[in-house]
Amino acid sequence: MDFDFSDDQKFLKTEARKFLDARCPVTVVRGVLDDPAKSYDEGLWKAVAEQGWLGAAIPEEFGGLGLGGIDLCGIAEELGRALAPIPFASTVYFAAEALMLAGSQAQKAKWLPKIAAGEVIGCFGMTERPGTLTDAQVQARVEGGKLTGVKIPVTDGDVADLAIVLARESGQVGLYLVDLSGEGVTRETLQTLDPTRGVAKLTFAGAAAERMGEAGEGLSLAEVVLNRAAVLLAFEQVGGADRALEMAKSYALERYAFGRQIGSYQAIKHKLADMYIKNELARSNAYYGAWALDDGAAELPVAAAAARVAACEAFWFAAKENIQTHGGMGFTWAVDCHLFYRRAQQLGLVAGGAKAWKERLVSQLERRNAA
Amino acid sequence: MDFNDTAEEAAYRKEVRGWLEANAPKSVVTSADPMEDAMDMKAARAWQRKKAKAGYACITWPKEWGGGGGASWQSVIFGQEEAKFPHPGNPFAIGLGMCVPTVMTAGNQADKERFVKPAVLGDEIWCQLFSEPSGGSDAAAARTRAVLNGDTWTINGQKVWTSGAHYSDFGLLLARTDPDVPKHKGLTMYWIDMKDPAVEVRPIHQMSGASNFNEVYFTDLKIKDSQRVGAVGEGWRVALVTLMNERLSVGGGGAGSSHARVLKLASDISTLAGPAAKDAGLREKIADWFVQAEGLKYTTFRTMTALSRGQTPGPESSIGKVVSATLMQDMANTALELEDQFGIISDPKMAPLAAAFQSSLMGAPGMRIAGGTDEILRNIIAERVLGLPQDVRLDKDVAFKDIPSGR
Repeated sequence: MDFDFSDDQKFLKTEARKFLDARCPVTVVRGVLDDPAKSYDEGLWKAVAEQGWLGAAIPEEFGGLGLGGIDLCGIAEELGRALAPIPFASTVYFAAEALMLAGSQAQKAKWLPKIAAGEVIGCFGMTERPGTLTDAQVQARVEGGKLTGVKIPVTDGDVADLAIVLARESGQVGLYLVDLSGEGVTRETLQTLDPTRGVAKLTFAGAAAERMGEAGEGLSLAEVVLNRAAVLLAFEQVGGADRALEMAKSYALERYAFGRQIGSYQAIKHKLADMYIKNELARSNAYYGAWALDDGAAELPVAAAAARVAACEAFWFAAKENIQTHGGMGFTWAVDCHLFYRRAQQLGLVAGGAKAWKERLVSQLERRNAA
Repeated sequence: MDFNDTAEEAAYRKEVRGWLEANAPKSVVTSADPMEDAMDMKAARAWQRKKAKAGYACITWPKEWGGGGGASWQSVIFGQEEAKFPHPGNPFAIGLGMCVPTVMTAGNQADKERFVKPAVLGDEIWCQLFSEPSGGSDAAAARTRAVLNGDTWTINGQKVWTSGAHYSDFGLLLARTDPDVPKHKGLTMYWIDMKDPAVEVRPIHQMSGASNFNEVYFTDLKIKDSQRVGAVGEGWRVALVTLMNERLSVGGGGAGSSHARVLKLASDISTLAGPAAKDAGLREKIADWFVQAEGLKYTTFRTMTALSRGQTPGPESSIGKVVSATLMQDMANTALELEDQFGIISDPKMAPLAAAFQSSLMGAPGMRIAGGTDEILRNIIAERVLGLPQDVRLDKDVAFKDIPSGR
């Protein structure tokens, strides 16, 4: 039994924390929050690229470090802790993963080295209207290699160079790669709950699009990408949830009411104990997901769904109860609680919400029980 | 990460499995409840002796005390393998998990030599006499009095919630020796002979119908000063050794794959909106339960990994029971709702799944209380794991006799 990060993986994670403590203090996050013109922190993005993190899981032949999914999980947890305001998830968990899964040799050779070097930002366009991603959601059309339609919301679509989108060709849903610097692409930056992350509406009017994988495979490929992303996002959520708990704990120790520390009241103690319980359940489920990324493909659908459901619950609970623990100050712009509350929603929705993932989980369990 | 055994673990597992195949009983009379009265004591003792002789009874204890001289990970592997074979109930768990380790830590040399080996061999069974009617969560509020005259102590009072008192040979007793000092300072620990006529054991009839626990009354019980475990007035410090061991042995788990049973139940039931198994509300609940049960399972794996690497496990194992007990109660209640009017039937011959959910509904309240209530466990996480302040204790610097008791 060896159900933990290895010493090398722990080292990488510790180094990532030190790096982000120095390069991504909360002032950097607020820099993006408070400046409507800023979609992400370019300095941090460049520094992260120099660390080699963008290519951590990209094979060496395509300019990456060729590490495993588990190594990426450790980095993800630290990025989540730091609320890093950069297009890391869109580029690495979605675009790069989709390329590695379904890209042709030529597509990989063209894009992966640029992603690893930090020269290209990627994004992943799935939905077009409110509600869970289903076959019927996909109305964007491809005819003769030209894409027409709308993808909304697309995280980091406002700054991305490359989009991978679901679209329909001859009635069948496929996965398509679009170079966003080409003709026929309009972007509209959207107002969202978490301005520390950029989101856009992408409108395509005859934009050049290359298919990835086979016709009709779009949704099944997207499902694999989502499963892998769900595990990595779960680590970001666990990182954020842990830090929200730490904030709540420090405040409970320093704030006095009725002559004593508020952390000595059971109403606060039990709330924080519940945060700890949910965070540990989420961490344990995320670890299982991490294992499945590299070694347990058959278990990945169940492991990913469980990791996502537990992580959404933990971060949401920690973020909202952190505000509650801070009382009125927690509701101010000046105190950092709302940054976690915003990010909890952003991460909780970006790969599909917990409600849909619960249904996916139970369907998988039914399939497994029947087998 | 790797779920597989290391070479060393695999070799040990193989050795253990070989031994179990050759030695484990072919069949046993089992009860759903491991602490059920109907437990076959003769079979339990025989199995314990066999394990002890082979060094598998107390694997991590030194060999000179009858243990196996092994590591924690070996103990975990043996437990996993033993669970795959039919084996009798374990009436020795409280003695070997809590009482005897306390004697080994705080007792005198003569007591260690007298008690440890017979306990390992299963010849003698122990119970723990801490809780009282006036102090459940607050075990240091014990009122049972011990008064010294010459070298003899006289004990009067009552204990409650004592598992296995009716079949135990010895008990570890926490008693008040000085009511004039603050409560933690006036306690002393002893061992007593449970077969003494001055000790009366009365079973508690639980709301579930079973009787796993007892009340124990002492009426002028005379014991020698040599039966004292630790110094006079040091009883609470000694009790903490016992309680620390209790938290390790009560642990979590238990929820297992029950979500699959709810799903199975739902597949046979219809609602106004169609098949229950397709009910979105139910499916969300099943997902939540699954994630909690799996989370506990993998938390145990994390603890085992730390042991296997020779490290001290983190505090994450403290979440086990607080999650699993509520999970069991929620699942049972939802299952009964699914059964609808039929849910009230608890006859195993008629109720779905042999009334498993009816039975866990009635057992769950006890699970949420035994071995630390939900509330006490949350206090422990808050104070010991997160480092929040202790509750304000109005009884801390007051003589025990002056503490308000509400009666």
